[in-house]
Amino acid sequence: MTNYYLGIDLGSTTSKAIIIDEQQEIVGRGITNTRSNYDVAVEVAKNEAKINARFTFMRQELNGPHRRDAWLEAVFADLEIHFRYEQHLDKLLRLKERALREAKQSAFDPQIVVDIFARMVPESYEVFLSLGTDKSRFFRDIAGMSFMRLAEEISARSELFDFETLMSIYDKSIVPIENELVEIDFLHFINRAVERMGDLIPLDLQDEFRRASLKAIERPFEIATMVGTGYGRTRLPFPRECIKSEILCHGLGAHYMYPETATVLDIGGQDTKAIQLDKQGVVTSFHMNDRCAAGCGRFLGYIADELNIGLHELGPLAMQHDHVTRVNSTCTVFSGVELRERLSLGERRENVLAGLHRAMVLRAMSLLARSGGIHSEFTFTGGVAKNIAVVHFLKELMYTNYGRDITLNINPDSIYTGAVGGSIFAKRIRETS
Amino acid sequence: MSDQPVVQDVVKDESMLIQKKMLDGWYREIGSARESGRPVVYSFVPGNLTEFILSFDCVPVLPEINALHSGMKKMSDGFILEAERRGHSEDVCTYVKCDLGMFLGGNLGPYGKVPPPDLLLLSYTGCFTFLKWFEALKKVYDCPVVMVHTPYQDQGVITSDMVEYLVRQFESDLIPALEKISGKKFDIDRLRSLLQESKRAEDDLVYCFQSGKNIPSPIDGFFAGVYYVGPIFTAFRGTPECTEYYRTVRREIEYRVANKLGPMTPAGTLAEEKFRLVIDGTPNWTDFRDFWKIFYEEGAVFVASTYTKVGGLYDTGFRHDPDQPLKTMAEYCLNVYTNNSLPARTRLMEDYIRDYHADGFVFHSIKSCNSFSAGMLAMMRELEQRTGLPGCFIESDLVDSRYFSYANIKNRVESYLQMVEQKKSDRGAA
Repeated sequence: MTNYYLGIDLGSTTSKAIIIDEQQEIVGRGITNTRSNYDVAVEVAKNEAKINARFTFMRQELNGPHRRDAWLEAVFADLEIHFRYEQHLDKLLRLKERALREAKQSAFDPQIVVDIFARMVPESYEVFLSLGTDKSRFFRDIAGMSFMRLAEEISARSELFDFETLMSIYDKSIVPIENELVEIDFLHFINRAVERMGDLIPLDLQDEFRRASLKAIERPFEIATMVGTGYGRTRLPFPRECIKSEILCHGLGAHYMYPETATVLDIGGQDTKAIQLDKQGVVTSFHMNDRCAAGCGRFLGYIADELNIGLHELGPLAMQHDHVTRVNSTCTVFSGVELRERLSLGERRENVLAGLHRAMVLRAMSLLARSGGIHSEFTFTGGVAKNIAVVHFLKELMYTNYGRDITLNINPDSIYTGAVGGSIFAKRIRETS
Repeated sequence: MSDQPVVQDVVKDESMLIQKKMLDGWYREIGSARESGRPVVYSFVPGNLTEFILSFDCVPVLPEINALHSGMKKMSDGFILEAERRGHSEDVCTYVKCDLGMFLGGNLGPYGKVPPPDLLLLSYTGCFTFLKWFEALKKVYDCPVVMVHTPYQDQGVITSDMVEYLVRQFESDLIPALEKISGKKFDIDRLRSLLQESKRAEDDLVYCFQSGKNIPSPIDGFFAGVYYVGPIFTAFRGTPECTEYYRTVRREIEYRVANKLGPMTPAGTLAEEKFRLVIDGTPNWTDFRDFWKIFYEEGAVFVASTYTKVGGLYDTGFRHDPDQPLKTMAEYCLNVYTNNSLPARTRLMEDYIRDYHADGFVFHSIKSCNSFSAGMLAMMRELEQRTGLPGCFIESDLVDSRYFSYANIKNRVESYLQMVEQKKSDRGAA
């Protein structure tokens, strides 16, 4: 029987899970927001990874002429998005019930909640699909965005409903729904997804999908060992040897993705790590800051909040700079002050944002220097690696300080690096026990 | 945070109880100095000239020790805030601010009232902060100051010129000042007899620290080490009770070595020694127990440390020599760990790592202390190259709890130890 291994990375912002097989191939990925409840986050991320693994198996079970076809790949990816939409819809309906209960306990006519959801539910399909394959947008954000927009509309129109109270109904309802653990019936959701896609899938392929999903679900799927890492790792009910530091996991994960990696920079939600690796992916030294967390991922979250824009919009906006404003502070709070000050002086928002991104990278460069410098190949991991402005300034400063011979790697899966490392440790633990 | 450690009953050795009695007695002497008519000399731990002070029947008061005890007794944060309220910058050494804050609150220290000094004796000028500290105290107390200027060992050796320079300062400044405040003539034979006791205690102290070479180590040469250096670096060197204390410590350690026992921790004897480490830098005092726990919970033992050499260094064979009282005092004064050049400090760490069979080493960077922290990163990189072992870099402060982040340091240390473990197992497999 094939064994599978799970690595789980409990970050301060997101929790990630990775499942690998005996050949160390990644078969499942799961991600969720940590929602200040590590226990639920672990379960959700784990279940997501398991579902994703079933999709991998399903893909492997597919027969027929289109097997290696790009067109099929696209249909299949679409199927997974629809599958996740069906999960999303289920949650939305549960949120509606919950919100109705909350509204009944408030001064509002519960009908307002019925009205809001009467618009939210039908439009949810389009909203969800517009996100495409971006898995880093969670139920809370997607539903919250729609609810907030509708609440704004309603409160602007009618004096009976004020925005704050309407949002408080959402806030009270979302927490229990997010923390609810629901068993997911894989076949049920596949069928629903196939149905919803309808004509998008030719009839013969629909049957093939149903057959392959049955085969996928029948496959023995045993997680032999699990390794936990990240800030919440001590909360995991794992044996001691199955709890690994995120430094080691990030190192090994980066080595897995790019075996020639010598230096790793990881910018996560609440810290920045500079790691040096040997040829085997073993950490030889690392550096982090103990006294201050300036310049980590939360910094960007704070700036996005200050500007009232989405986190993912920051990088593209900063790239529209025509000049980089000099910003000295990477203290999260001070940079907010500096941002407002510069804007009030008439500086372009794009230029100030560019300056803030550059300041953040400068801080990372100092940490890298303290850890022993940048050596090729250099792998950049963590959620912040998705920010194009950070990457832009990192390249600029790296070339200036270390020359152009450094190869920079950024994996689309970089947010999973710690979890990947964890899964490989899980496999090693199994092999040596 | 939910990471707050649970308070447990603390296990103590007999010697720790003896030390507590000694310290209680010392604090009583300080508290009653005015009534007993004994002059009070404020001085510092590095290069301390205790035998001189005691030979004139003066009572030594060490502001650094007051500060660290204030830290351990959770009083320092209040003192520091008080000093900051009076205009002292956030960047000023927190020992200094703790001391000034204590003064501003009526000089009520961790063990009661501290009398004003009759003399400020600056025994070590390698730390610039010390100079400024006593400048500030001079303004407050308006008393005489003796500043013994200690040349820096930039070549890593003590020359006869340096020694003579110090002896001249003893003769021209220190001895007359002590004679004046005590009303007593300098008695060289009294000094000799004190130095005789010092030497005895020092032999046992050195045995104690070198016992860290055993596997398992019977002591924690850093966390317990700070207790071991307590009497000898403060008010007791040269007294029979000090000699007796170190004899007791030695007996305890001999027993532990014979029975292959690991070191004593606040949670009892360490069951399994998993990591042998060497450390540079001072402890954090406000969270001393939690700091220690981060290590002993992982089975990590500090087999050697440089902080325990900050009063004076015995590793290169130095012992007080009663036959040459002034010269020996000068040599001791010059032989402070932080008075050594960075290459010399690096060599010492390297020797420790090799001779004490260490698996790794830790640098604890202290926000308040440039004497220790400047150059640490360079030393760490150099040692990593020379030994092939990984180093760990952590940051906090002496007595300002705002700079001690338990969760972060724990996370860092755990990561580091797992890295050491991985390297160890790789070496074992190779």
